[in-house]
Amino acid sequence: MTQIIPTSTTTLRFERLVDTRVTINDRAMTLRLEARVSLLDLLRERLGLTGTKKGCNEGACGACTVLVDGERVNACLTLAASCDGQHVTTVEGLASPGGALHPVQQAFIDHDAFQCGYCTAGQVVSAVACVAEGHATDEATVREWMSGNICRCAAYPQITAAVLDAANRMAREPSAPGATKRSVDHA
Amino acid sequence: MSPPDTIGIGAPIPRHDGRAKVTGAATYAGEEVPAGTLHAVLVPATIAAGRIVSIDTTAAARIPGVVRVLVAGDFPALKPAPVPPVAGSFVPLQDDRVRYEGQPVAVVLAESLEAAEAAAPLVRASYNRADPAIPSHAADVRPKAGHEGNGYAFAELDTAVGDFEQGWTAARARVDQRYRTPSRHHNPMEPSATLAEWRSGGAELYVHDATQWTYGVRYGLAAMLDLPPGQIHVRCPYTGGGFGSKGYVWPHQILAVLAAKVAGRPVKLVLGRAGMYTGAGFQPAVEQRLRLAAAADGRLTAVAHETSSLSSVSEDYVEFAAAATRTLYASPAVHTQTRIRHANVGTPTAMRAPHEGPGMFALESAMDELAWELRMDPLALRLANYARTDPTDGRPFSSKKLREAYEEGARRFGWAKRPLEPRQLSDGRARVGWGMASCIMSTFRFAATARATFGVDGTVTLAAGCQEIGTGAYTVLPQVAADVLGIPPERIRLMLGDTSLPETGGTFGSSTTLSVGSAIKDAAERLRAKLEELTPDRQGWAAALADRGWKEISADGVWKPHGDVAFDATGGSSGYSMHTFGAVFVEVAVDEALGLVRLRRAVGGYSAGRIVNPRTAHSQMVGGIVWGYGQAVLEHSPMDERYGRYLSKNLSGVMLPVNADIPSAIDVFFVDEYDPHASAIGAKGVGELGATGVAAAITNAVWHATGKRIRRLPIQIGDLVG
Amino acid sequence: MRDFAYARAQQLDDTLGSTGSATILAGGTELLNWLRLGIAEPEQVLDIGGLDTLRGVRRDANAIVIGALTTLNEVGENPIVVSAAPALAQACLKAASAQIRNRATLGGNVLQKTRCSYFRAEEPLPWPCNKRVPGSGCSARHGHHERHAILGWTDACVAVQPSDPVVALACLDAVAEVADWEGRRSIPMVEFHLTPEESDTLAETRLRPGELITGFRIPLSALARRSTYVKVRERESYEYAFVSAAAALELSSGTVREARVALGSVALKPWRLTAAEGALVGQPFSAERARQAVGTAMAAARPLGETDVKVTVATNAAVWALELAAAVV
Repeated sequence: MTQIIPTSTTTLRFERLVDTRVTINDRAMTLRLEARVSLLDLLRERLGLTGTKKGCNEGACGACTVLVDGERVNACLTLAASCDGQHVTTVEGLASPGGALHPVQQAFIDHDAFQCGYCTAGQVVSAVACVAEGHATDEATVREWMSGNICRCAAYPQITAAVLDAANRMAREPSAPGATKRSVDHA
Repeated sequence: MSPPDTIGIGAPIPRHDGRAKVTGAATYAGEEVPAGTLHAVLVPATIAAGRIVSIDTTAAARIPGVVRVLVAGDFPALKPAPVPPVAGSFVPLQDDRVRYEGQPVAVVLAESLEAAEAAAPLVRASYNRADPAIPSHAADVRPKAGHEGNGYAFAELDTAVGDFEQGWTAARARVDQRYRTPSRHHNPMEPSATLAEWRSGGAELYVHDATQWTYGVRYGLAAMLDLPPGQIHVRCPYTGGGFGSKGYVWPHQILAVLAAKVAGRPVKLVLGRAGMYTGAGFQPAVEQRLRLAAAADGRLTAVAHETSSLSSVSEDYVEFAAAATRTLYASPAVHTQTRIRHANVGTPTAMRAPHEGPGMFALESAMDELAWELRMDPLALRLANYARTDPTDGRPFSSKKLREAYEEGARRFGWAKRPLEPRQLSDGRARVGWGMASCIMSTFRFAATARATFGVDGTVTLAAGCQEIGTGAYTVLPQVAADVLGIPPERIRLMLGDTSLPETGGTFGSSTTLSVGSAIKDAAERLRAKLEELTPDRQGWAAALADRGWKEISADGVWKPHGDVAFDATGGSSGYSMHTFGAVFVEVAVDEALGLVRLRRAVGGYSAGRIVNPRTAHSQMVGGIVWGYGQAVLEHSPMDERYGRYLSKNLSGVMLPVNADIPSAIDVFFVDEYDPHASAIGAKGVGELGATGVAAAITNAVWHATGKRIRRLPIQIGDLVG
Repeated sequence: MRDFAYARAQQLDDTLGSTGSATILAGGTELLNWLRLGIAEPEQVLDIGGLDTLRGVRRDANAIVIGALTTLNEVGENPIVVSAAPALAQACLKAASAQIRNRATLGGNVLQKTRCSYFRAEEPLPWPCNKRVPGSGCSARHGHHERHAILGWTDACVAVQPSDPVVALACLDAVAEVADWEGRRSIPMVEFHLTPEESDTLAETRLRPGELITGFRIPLSALARRSTYVKVRERESYEYAFVSAAAALELSSGTVREARVALGSVALKPWRLTAAEGALVGQPFSAERARQAVGTAMAAARPLGETDVKVTVATNAAVWALELAAAVV
């Protein structure tokens, strides 16, 4: 089912089955997938990485938040094929291989920042990015920059406290895992 | 009666399942998939009433990967089922009737989720359309109750104490207003999902279900399938929020099971967000009339509360919105009436907080209006009408420390500084207002069983078939056993969410801690007796088992409400009126130019029996306040009645509170209390209590800020502008 | 979602060679939902997300130049945009959520479609919608339309354009740079979108088939530096606007030299209140004058019955935006 369109310089190959090279939680893999497969359905239905959740499948809840090249995105709004050559980090990839929790994960436990747990993976991943972006500065900023993750159990004050606490801990221990810098600079 | 010494109950310990939840290791329904599983997608009806004339599945079946498209004739006939645990007597795809928009009219089965989703919109149904019964035109009817009704009419529909007319006529001040709360949806973050697998040649059914009640799923399916309940095994170690939507058995569960039977393969059916709007219940719109009359000193002389809630055409779901009014305030005359209206909509169900949730908006708004009529402080009015016994049935309360909640809440909030008149406070361009309301919730109690096992390694394993829906069951229930056995809670593990474990009621109605906790206490006490027979020295228990070559020793426990019934609400035959109470105080800011209201701070104080884990309980109450905020300011599911369809069946067209809506200044406290009657552990429920009263506190604060009285929820921009 | 064929563009020329036949995927935050809802059912999807030449913010002699693939977070947090065109930075950061803004591009955002609930319904459609099924009718016209248009609508469609950035872009006299296989041209953002009054076929923009947005130019000016964006929504964040307003002022000793006001979510395009702008120029700025000028301009509004309140709130939002602009230091 390949259709070839000639252009002046190169040839685009439109394919229904797409090869994608992607690194997920430090594991490099090459996948051949239908083009329409979302990153979220790749993770949950094909790779067994079910920590990332599907709440709305339209970018309106944030439960599917993952890091792509260090930036938080909604996996439901991302085609797996669009992640070619990129690094994806899911909630399963945050703790150290030895099992030590990421400071954000520990802070969520310490502040009781979740209840049912279904939004938690998205919240935690989003919070890791929120800290790395430099948006975990004060309560109002955290509340705004964590608003892309709906918690129906409504642990919002505890989430805000956890994010601020984790940011403080990570500032004191800069070697803490997951402190990715934003990949795009604003030059 | 004072609480016993404790090493477990009362300790604010972190969640046992915290690590599993923050690492993504906790598995929810449909996340462990056996080989060969088919993906199912439901095809929704596009009309609200009528009959299916034909269904063209040709285009859908042609999609690569599609295995079957099942329509009505493909499913075996079902037996009638009890309602509840089944949410409704009407089961789609048993015949050609369409009774609500979104009703499943076909099921697509495919090898991949993508194929099933691509095929579903290609299934074309043609209908013989009938005029639907429209919610806003529906007439009030008395719901079926007693032996001719179903489990939804669990309380008296109408109550009458005293002479209303006399109290009304004699009064100095009166309020007679109508209040409206909208239909709105639970929208737990996890959509309903069912993984169904038949094993042993079709003799045994295994279901991994997103549910609040594994046993309810077993019994509902057993009745419909005409199978012995023991052949149906239902599992759900984690439920991704429910709030009532996963309490009962809905069509998707039975359709997944039947599809697996027909296809001869495991089937995974995730309802999806759109499906959650028509196939998992909702809180029905409630129309209410509230009449309050009072003497000059504020004492109520007459109270009347009439309510009418929406239901589907097939079921008599009842929202007991006047429940709170029967109990909360002392009055010589208290009359309540409960009616429903039928329309072509999906069947409603209980939603946090049912009954008192919609009802308290009316009662607590009317109390605020009455306070202003009397030029009285709203808290003083409530104190003037403090009920020492239940005003409707005369029973004493099993425990009640609402006065302490009022007083401490007012102190923390600084309520004494509140100007009586509206429009007195501002901050920049915003008008600021303070409002308060009482909170009250019926105490639902279910019979429960549990098992406690002491292992030779010195650890304890508890087992109970209840659910973890976020309330902290994995953490809280071991705390109960810790006290009995003198073993720290971190060495006690709970197994739950499986019909192979001892039976309990559903995890809803804020009932699990008190009910299952009581059964666990009984099991732990029996276990301790057995262990003490071996040796009275707790330190020697493990060795005593080892000496005998035993791996473990178990004991079963049971707890039932008074009269050994399976369920009661508000005390049943105990001789006591059982409720939880509270007071909530809020400050809002209103921008009258832009029509916006924002929450600035809140204080909530609760009289809710003994608090087993203050940390998880605190989170529950904060969550309740946020739910109340959503009810007041954001949440509703408007319907285009021409089509009988919700305008939006998603999360982009429906607003739920986000982090930026909720200030960190939410101060929650519990009054020190032990209820010796409601359960064996002094506890009552907390989860729903916190969601009551809040909406009225917010609209009362909006009135205080602006002088504008909101009697229809949610608050609209147009209500505030100008 | 229907199956489709997919290719990754390696360079801009590839893209321009196939924009006529393929549907363009940039950030995907809109397109994936169109595909799920059946709003778009392409045979071919061309992923241009990797075209880094279309990404970034720079400043030339007289404009801020923003590549079409620059994400909303990149625009919103860019120091040049923050200082030289604050209304645009604010509009970008008030759109959607942090996650979506990491993928949503400015070019894609400008092309987002209405949030009308009738239009966004799942297939099979239960009701008429001229934008989904041409000629079927408009369910919102006599249905739920309290969030719908007060300007520029016809009986064929009463929807509104929901984008935040377009309101700032229209306010700041930005132009979209577009290209196709034939060449390049510029379209002023005030003219970029089409209302039903302007297009019988309900075409949404002036883009021709095969044309691609490559970037935007926002003129550097004293006006743009003194600009603000006000977004009115019941939910404090992660929510579309009920209405929004962008305003820009050039002041000299308190007197208005130039003024711009644009409203969002009131029509299928960002709506400039040029009459109000003209009325403000040459006068000392005051909230009262702003109210008078905006109020007069809003007399042209045609509420759909229930949307009277929207006229009031749009007026108040525009006045507030002007007041905030006047207060910019």
